[in-house]
Amino acid sequence: MIAILNYRAGNLTSVKRALDHENIPSQITDEPGVLKQALGIIFPGVGAAGSAMRNLQTSRLDHVLKALIASGKPMLGICLGCQIILTESMENSTQTLDIFPGISRRFDPDLRDEAGNPINIPHMGWNSVFLHRECVLFRNVPENAEFYFVHSFYPDPDPAYVMGTTHYGLDFCSVFGRQGLWALQFHPEKSGRPGLKILNNFYRYCLEQSHA
Amino acid sequence: MLSKRVIPCLDVRDGKLTKGVKFLGNVEIGDPVETAKLYYEEGADEIVFYDITASSEDRGILLRVVEKVAETIFIPFSVGGGIASLEDMRSVLLAGAEKVSVNSAAVKNPHIIAQGAEAFGSQCMVVGMDVLRVDKSQAVPSGYEIVIHGGRKRMGLDALKWAQEVESLGAGEICLNSIDADGTREGYELDLTGLIARNVRIPVIASGGAGSPEHMVQAVTAGRASAALIASIVHYGEYTIAGIKEYMHHAGVKVRRTW
Repeated sequence: MIAILNYRAGNLTSVKRALDHENIPSQITDEPGVLKQALGIIFPGVGAAGSAMRNLQTSRLDHVLKALIASGKPMLGICLGCQIILTESMENSTQTLDIFPGISRRFDPDLRDEAGNPINIPHMGWNSVFLHRECVLFRNVPENAEFYFVHSFYPDPDPAYVMGTTHYGLDFCSVFGRQGLWALQFHPEKSGRPGLKILNNFYRYCLEQSHA
Repeated sequence: MLSKRVIPCLDVRDGKLTKGVKFLGNVEIGDPVETAKLYYEEGADEIVFYDITASSEDRGILLRVVEKVAETIFIPFSVGGGIASLEDMRSVLLAGAEKVSVNSAAVKNPHIIAQGAEAFGSQCMVVGMDVLRVDKSQAVPSGYEIVIHGGRKRMGLDALKWAQEVESLGAGEICLNSIDADGTREGYELDLTGLIARNVRIPVIASGGAGSPEHMVQAVTAGRASAALIASIVHYGEYTIAGIKEYMHHAGVKVRRTW
């Protein structure tokens, strides 16, 4: 079973629906016991970093998550869940979980697109990901696939952890992490078949780890 | 590089599509879920449902359709039509829509935009604008006026001023429908689209007038739109979404071509 972390941040059911569609057993939960039992954890979220961090802290889920990650539990952060595992966010200067060194930055409104026009903020729609190194999540995902993004802040982790980048006014990090602990700025649950494939690859990795 | 989006719009009344979709063949004509699935598989980047149900007691039917769509397609979709309160927004979003679109209700009560953005985030607040070309006047200096009730009621509100106001209130996107172009199939109202797109920083979806793939290229180049809304040109099988995207790609527009 995959646990979808419930920390009262945005709509968690879209991840659940995508997993259901792929016949991947899952449960939306904030119970430490259930999180511990799960083969892997998906850390979703839309909304603001500050209120998300407050929810994690008041429920002490921040400590629970860190302990689970230290124990080697596979985890996948999505969108806000990807930004919040860095050290801090420029969104109201919020200190975040500090699982990876890095900062979430706001798109500079002075950035321009290819035609020389000012970029729209949020970055909303389908964009490409250029993988800088092999990532099991992207196994059998077509190279020219695109993914659905919707965000005004982007992760800027220590370069050692950058796995993929996307261009929008600048090249920003859209995939980072390490084996077993990944963060995606886009929404795999809203990215059609390539996105569902990524969720499947995560589940498969979790299954393999549990048998290892 | 961000792709330009191609968005089919489905009109729903009492849980059924109001216009049949001719080329569906083996699916029940008028089933919004099956039609959404077909467009999803054909490469739609997003889908818009516009509910024209007259009575509020039938909202339940719409919500069941939204739930079913959310279980079936894994791209964003929005629901508009008759959204007048935070409660309306909440129920549609909880049923699985990615975004809600407000139109007349926002003109009558602009605070609903700020309240929705505060409660659910700007990313799910789309403001639909129906716009009529008029003589320039002191009240409407751009020559484009906001109308409501399907274009029947002029509001004396300048479209450009309104677009900037909805942006500052926290709208995440504008769906800009030209009443003059709607149904003509002679192309989007490019002057209007460009005027609004140049003067706000949120994405603008061009709507009304699509008759050929070339019109969609124009909407996202000269019109500076982020996306183009289409209806009859795909509903009646004249063009496919995949074919439209291929055309746009060859015209030099970046579109998503793998799904």
